[in-house]
Amino acid sequence: MDIPKDLVAASASPLVLSILAEGPSYGYAIIKRVGELSAGELEWTEGLLYPLLHRLERQGHIRGEWGESETGRRRKYYHLTSDGEQALASHREQWRAVTAALEATWNQMAAAITPNPRGAFA
Amino acid sequence: MSDTTEAQIELWRAHMAKRPGVTPEEVDELEDHLRGHVETLSDAGLTGDEAFLVAVKRLGSQSEIAREFARENSHRLWKQLVLDGAPRGARTKGDTSGWLPMLAWALVAAAVVWAARLSGKSIETDLPFYARNLSLLGLAGVVGYLLWRHRARLAYVIASVAGVGVVAVAANLYTLSESGDALPMTALHVPILVWLLVGLAYGTHRCRETQGRMDFVRFTGEWLIYMVLIQTASYILIAILAVVPMLVGLDPTAFLTEWVIPGGGAAAAVVATWLVEAKKSVIENMAPVLARVFTPLFTLAFVGLFVVVLISGDLANLDRDLLIACDAILVVAVALVLYNLTARGSGERAGWFDWVQLGLVASALALDAIALTNILVRIGDGWTFNRTVVLGANLILLVNLAVTGWLLVRLARGRAGLVTALERWQTSLLPVYGTWALVVVVVLPPVFGLA
Repeated sequence: MDIPKDLVAASASPLVLSILAEGPSYGYAIIKRVGELSAGELEWTEGLLYPLLHRLERQGHIRGEWGESETGRRRKYYHLTSDGEQALASHREQWRAVTAALEATWNQMAAAITPNPRGAFA
Repeated sequence: MSDTTEAQIELWRAHMAKRPGVTPEEVDELEDHLRGHVETLSDAGLTGDEAFLVAVKRLGSQSEIAREFARENSHRLWKQLVLDGAPRGARTKGDTSGWLPMLAWALVAAAVVWAARLSGKSIETDLPFYARNLSLLGLAGVVGYLLWRHRARLAYVIASVAGVGVVAVAANLYTLSESGDALPMTALHVPILVWLLVGLAYGTHRCRETQGRMDFVRFTGEWLIYMVLIQTASYILIAILAVVPMLVGLDPTAFLTEWVIPGGGAAAAVVATWLVEAKKSVIENMAPVLARVFTPLFTLAFVGLFVVVLISGDLANLDRDLLIACDAILVVAVALVLYNLTARGSGERAGWFDWVQLGLVASALALDAIALTNILVRIGDGWTFNRTVVLGANLILLVNLAVTGWLLVRLARGRAGLVTALERWQTSLLPVYGTWALVVVVVLPPVFGLA
């Protein structure tokens, strides 16, 4: 399955915010987590992730802090801020609204396609 | 990790660090990422060399990553455009950044001013004409150069030309008395309109975005610095050149003031525009230093002035000149806040400097409150043109500084995302300045019977 670029871009911020809501994380781990969560369907590039992280940081949704990796390397960890939590909440509402609308039409389509036995012989 | 892999990563890092538009911090972050890849691949059984190669490949080409980073840091995007485009010495056809076109446009700019002189308008005898039109005449070349340089779409060219027409009509709409109040006020407000026109030509479609407007504000600050530098050097040059004709018994004063200085000034405006875009990194390094040197000094000066005003006693009956000084200070305060915003590195944390800025805004607000009281007291004696204009300007600045102060308090306390909010607030006011300037130039003179 090929997920179009626009959809990847639109879902990028909510995904990063959601992953950081699970706990602080860093670039490489976030990309890996995106792969896990989407069962490999979403493959993010570094050129997508880092600019996005820095934009979210500038907007105050997340906050980056330099720390150390298990091996003692300098590593930048990102945390969700309270602004970010709010942003995530509104993202969730928006996505729920979108998926709910899609589901509703699909359910109707499914109902129309499946022959209604009672309707057929009425 | 093996030594060869270490060496390769070092090399990769050095190359990445040389990319314009990527900061050392960002390189650190990317290096950590690259190492993450290498480790995962090594664990999966690849040798050091293989792991490194695959990891680099996955990370994508350096120039692509650098471009993405620079796009995010939009004010650094020019570095990509300037330095990462065609290789040096091999400019592509249609490249508009060269110095030859710049010289041609500088000549056009000078020609516009000279055309006014040729039509018989002498600076000595037609001062009112130049008071109204100098900014438009002087910057018309810059507007043209910017539109051409950025290859603006036709719609923006038409909009800019129409804008120039509107400002020209507005500036010369009324016959104003030479000794009246309306003429100096028109002379003060037309440049604001012209400045915004330059902004339209500079930003074109990005004028609607906060970042596009911030880029224009940044451009203005850097342009002013270059203008001051060019001016200082030119005056020395002119002073030396003026001596030569005097030695042979000719007086060059009229030729210099009527032709060389006005035309040269307009040409310098285009040169400065070109310099801002071509030699940006020079000023980019200077702006934060200037901001940090002058903001504390201005803060001290404001506090000093506030104390003087307090000591002078009658707060509701200040001297007219002191009031004018207060107004000038408010404009300077807003300009400094804007300038500091442009000099701020992206992702920079709050620090002592934000408290100094807050002090600057607070003292400016206190002065503004006093100035407003005075204006209102005077208006109690009746509305006049001058009082209305000053009241309007003060109210706009008061609202501006009050909100700015509030945002700065939250910024200095370390709240995140406030720089963006501050940028949005400051840039959203740009059209307000233009509207008010238009009101002062077009609406108010007839209202007060000065036209």
